[in-house]
Amino acid sequence: MTVTRREALGLAVGGAAALTTLRFTAPAFAAGNAVEDAIIEFTGGAKPGSGDIAIGAPEIAENGNTVPIEVSAPGAASIMLLAAGNPSPGVATFHFSALSGAQEAKTRIRLAKTQDIVAIAKMPDGSAIMTKRSVKVTIGGCGG
Amino acid sequence: MAKVKPRVKVPKKASVNEVVTIKTLISHPMESGQRKDKKTGETIPRKIINKFAASFNGEPVFMADIEPSVSANPYIEFQMRIPESGAVRFEWTDDDGSVYDMEKKITVA
Repeated sequence: MTVTRREALGLAVGGAAALTTLRFTAPAFAAGNAVEDAIIEFTGGAKPGSGDIAIGAPEIAENGNTVPIEVSAPGAASIMLLAAGNPSPGVATFHFSALSGAQEAKTRIRLAKTQDIVAIAKMPDGSAIMTKRSVKVTIGGCGG
Repeated sequence: MAKVKPRVKVPKKASVNEVVTIKTLISHPMESGQRKDKKTGETIPRKIINKFAASFNGEPVFMADIEPSVSANPYIEFQMRIPESGAVRFEWTDDDGSVYDMEKKITVA
């Protein structure tokens, strides 16, 4: 088989494109693993299903430095919040007790860029439920 | 460093087993450990509030493990059931080990 000059060029360009894609997706995979690791550590290995858990967040946050977040999961023992696109995904873990009036909490968080917020609730029986919500960020809130 | 000042909003009175909203705020820079000093290029060391706990007459009510992704001047709001008259105690733990605390009384009518 003879390779023409045109084919050779096409191959080279394709290879370069593949390499670039790899380079861009590698950090994304790393962050994904950090999120999964955090979830497994929190639930103790239980795979989170879906259930009665809700995140309240603005659809578009103009300032990533303070994004108001609300999370509630009736009956949960604790809730963990993760921001998948931040340099370190952990945000906060809330623990409730018998004196908690409702299993919900509000706080303000930093978001580096447009990303998904993940909330995982651990139930008293050891099961876990999770939900996701995406927030668009106009100005990032980490580093600077 | 700016003085760390906790602020808490708790109702003074409640009825038995009423669920009240408690709002807390503490002035703190929450240095994430990710920022760099613009002049020297060195990373500014992490200094955040890493734990918040509320208790009522010694019983735990609400706890939060906090990470650098929480905004400066961390604001936390939660719900609490008031079984009897007593005092709610709030504690914030800093990375450097210092604990900032505050106590508020609630009277059950």
